[in-house]
Amino acid sequence: MSDTNRTVAPRPGDEVAIELSDVHKWYGEFHVLKGINLSVARGERIVICGPSGSGKSTLIRCINRLEEHQRGKIVVDGVELTNNLKNIDAVRRDVGMVFQHFNLFPHLTVLENCTLAPIWVRKMPKAQAEEIAMKYLKRVRIPDQANKYPGQLSGGQQQRVAIARSLCMSPKVMLFDEPTSALDPEMIKEVLDVMIGLANEGMTMICVTHEMGFARTVANRVIFMDRGEIVEQNEPLEFFNNPQSERTKLFLSQILAH
Amino acid sequence: MADNLSIQGHATVSDSPSPAEMVKPPALALGPLGWVRANLFNNWFNSILTILILWLAYKVIPPLLDWLVFNSVLPGEGVTNQTCRASGGACWAFIHEKYRLILFGLYPYEEQWRPILVVLLIIGLLGLSCNRNFWRPWLLGVWAAGGIVVATLMWGGILGLPFVPNTLWGGLPLTLILSVVGLVVAFPLSIMLALGRRSDLPIVKSLCVTYIELIRGVPLITVLFMASVMFPLFLPTGVTIDKLLRAQIGLILFASAYLAEVIRGGLQAIPKGQYEAADSLGLSYWQKTGKIILPQALSITIPPLVNTFIGFFKDTSLVIIIGLFDLMSASKAALTDPAWRGFYKESYMFVAFIYFIFCFFMSKYSQWLEVQLHRGHKR
Amino acid sequence: MAISRNLGNPAPQAPRRSLINDPNARAVFFQILVLGGVALLGWYLVTNVLENLARQNIATGFSFLDREASFAIGESLIAYSPANSYSHALLVGFLNTIKVAVLGIVLATILGTIIGIARLSSNFLVAKLASAFVEIVRNIPVLLQLFFWYAVIGESLPNPRQALNPIPGVFLSNRGMKIPALADDPIWIWVGLSILVAIVGVWFLARWARKRQEATGQQFPIVLASIGVLIAVPLLTWLAGGAPTALDVPELQGFNFRGGSNMSPEFAALLVGLTVYTSSFIAEIVRSGIRAVNWGQTEAASALGLHRGTILRLVVLPQALRIIVPPTTSQYLNLTKNSSLAVAIGYPDLVSVANTTLNQTGQAIEAVAIMMTVYLTISLGISLFMNWYNKHIALVER
Repeated sequence: MSDTNRTVAPRPGDEVAIELSDVHKWYGEFHVLKGINLSVARGERIVICGPSGSGKSTLIRCINRLEEHQRGKIVVDGVELTNNLKNIDAVRRDVGMVFQHFNLFPHLTVLENCTLAPIWVRKMPKAQAEEIAMKYLKRVRIPDQANKYPGQLSGGQQQRVAIARSLCMSPKVMLFDEPTSALDPEMIKEVLDVMIGLANEGMTMICVTHEMGFARTVANRVIFMDRGEIVEQNEPLEFFNNPQSERTKLFLSQILAH
Repeated sequence: MADNLSIQGHATVSDSPSPAEMVKPPALALGPLGWVRANLFNNWFNSILTILILWLAYKVIPPLLDWLVFNSVLPGEGVTNQTCRASGGACWAFIHEKYRLILFGLYPYEEQWRPILVVLLIIGLLGLSCNRNFWRPWLLGVWAAGGIVVATLMWGGILGLPFVPNTLWGGLPLTLILSVVGLVVAFPLSIMLALGRRSDLPIVKSLCVTYIELIRGVPLITVLFMASVMFPLFLPTGVTIDKLLRAQIGLILFASAYLAEVIRGGLQAIPKGQYEAADSLGLSYWQKTGKIILPQALSITIPPLVNTFIGFFKDTSLVIIIGLFDLMSASKAALTDPAWRGFYKESYMFVAFIYFIFCFFMSKYSQWLEVQLHRGHKR
Repeated sequence: MAISRNLGNPAPQAPRRSLINDPNARAVFFQILVLGGVALLGWYLVTNVLENLARQNIATGFSFLDREASFAIGESLIAYSPANSYSHALLVGFLNTIKVAVLGIVLATILGTIIGIARLSSNFLVAKLASAFVEIVRNIPVLLQLFFWYAVIGESLPNPRQALNPIPGVFLSNRGMKIPALADDPIWIWVGLSILVAIVGVWFLARWARKRQEATGQQFPIVLASIGVLIAVPLLTWLAGGAPTALDVPELQGFNFRGGSNMSPEFAALLVGLTVYTSSFIAEIVRSGIRAVNWGQTEAASALGLHRGTILRLVVLPQALRIIVPPTTSQYLNLTKNSSLAVAIGYPDLVSVANTTLNQTGQAIEAVAIMMTVYLTISLGISLFMNWYNKHIALVER
């Protein structure tokens, strides 16, 4: 890793973007998150990996309150997530999220998908919203598809639209929930390229993914979760070359084997 | 790079089960109390609704139970219509007095063991047909034999059974016969209509489309009127046609159009590759249809066919309007006895209960079958 | 094979197929056969009918429509007396059908939507209650339900002298429901017109609000404002007209009520029965429509910061409606067709009037033809609308 491709971006500083302390969550009797402590600095790029059912998706879904945690404290950008709707709104406006299954709105065109939130949440004039949308669609390299419907696009294109849709809200943090695992192999690269571009611009990112190549090149920190706990976290080089825990070793051997 | 991260250098590792595992979920999320909180009082709106419903239940259920059970009049020594009128509760004595009229209509009283057998037989046949393992050609034979037994029992005239004209048939056996015979005859017709509608031959196709859309576009009652007032005109002078048969033909004409649409749905769901594979094997149209397409199409249409049959079973109640004595009309006839006027709630509830039992179990069966078939397809 | 045959034939010709093996010839032959069969059957039936009619001395044709109907009709939207013609009587019946169908459709939609949403409620009691309603109502014949409601009104409600009076001015008795009517006053026409004006106004308001939001991004509480306009404009008209409060309140005179407007027991039973029965089917459609919209859609929209109401209006409803509208229309059609069961409880709908006509004139074929044509026209109209709608809203997929 070198600093050459990070020109504009601020270096991850001491400023804390997200702070989780002792976060617990249960589904009925099932303990999904067992006291998660995590601090994310502004500009930091974190990759979370772990076996399925380890609670990694639940963790990032708690960060924008798609799931409710039952104990502990989550503070995003100085706002604590409680049942206060105002706080939830404030957090969601500043946190973008990209889903495994894209979740584009099939009844709206690509452009309308992108302008919906700026118009209704940021109260932007339509023309301005469209201008911004086109800017981000260009950034994800599909401006020519703006007037098509999601159903007319390939999976990779849809996921890029989903990223552009989130960017239109100018988020301070981006959450990625397995953004490439529903894609055909030949489309994974086009989405990862967009994400790498974002990282280079200094976006704070938390990304649940099994793309270890992406983790190596982009992440500041790789977190391994298992059974609702953070088992191990380290910078990528150390994490991959010198895993400490047996569970990490086992997981890495499985995921890197094929 | 990454050197100003706090975690730098030393990895955080926690291999042993952390104390967090011992932490219990908040008490309110679990147990009966947790269930009540999550399912009845999870927000203020639901709390209001719950309280409202509980209050309504408190207002409605005790009087209802009083009427149904505690104040009701059961049949017994010396219980007459006067006893019923004096009490404020349901008059089950009325049902006891009239249930044979409601269930079997005007069928001669001492011969009513015959319709009882018929009802049991039809229910048995339906039950037998529910088992997928029995979907074999011999089932058709069983049904044919069953049909002969039903006809023998209902009409009689042989084997020492006194003859009962079908003008005296009524009640539940009539409802069952109208719907089951209607379905059995309409089924092959509807297959032909469905195939015709999907045919490449323009004349055949347009005839089938016209028929299906014509019947589906009008209410059943007009088809029944047509059957009851127009069929006699269609026949050559001197030939008469029985009222029951007219209604039955009307129901068949009606059912075949609806069933045809269900079967067409099944035909459409068969992948094109199946047709192509059959063609590439050199099968003729009828071989292809009979051996490849229909068996698949019919098995996936059975759940919607059962649903159509439920609708049809309920619709047979309309024959009351052209003067047949089915379950529905029998329940009304029971109310015309001057001594027992006004006990319509009991009468209608009794009949509604019978219809409900049949329809409910058929619809549950169709849902169950859908799951089963779905599973079979996935495998 | 073809090659070996060609070897023996120095001048290859198109192989000659016998007519029997030519698929086109077969198709033509088969269709002629079918058509011939149908034509023969038709000819046979028509001859029989003509012969039978001639023997019974019944003239064919629709000339009977101009004759005097000479039967009374219990309720009518237009002026009618037994001295009017059969065609006029049939028109009365048709309008009565439309009246009960339109009201039934509106009420069944409202009730069905509420119950469908209730079945999805996170409140256990609400969901179970709605399920029980749907299961019970769907599995009992609609005709039985009509008889039940008719009996409830006719036998359980007291006679007019002891009429129930739940709200002042409203009387429930076995003669139907009496409600106060507005006393004759020209102002009511103006109020009616002002409602129309308000509707048009709301349309323009919505357009203006949308335009303004597009231009400046400012939002306008359009739902609240529309309700306000719809209430305020007629209210102001009424105040400007001197705010007349005179009502034609029903009063008991002798054995029945005078004044007010009446809802007959037959109409009430039919309306309640059709509404309840159809709403159970609409509830199922609404439930599955809403469930068909992926939960991910709501999550994605909330992650973008949209609020619940906005998500419902802009994301969930537009998608759910595509699934809900087509089957709901066919339920509307079913309700309209089921309204013909009016004949069983004596509400003078089209079928009921046509049936009376049939019995009086013996014009069986014509009467049945009239009933069928009217319903077919309604059905065709609705299917044409459906096809148009489906094309209009179909999701673009590749």
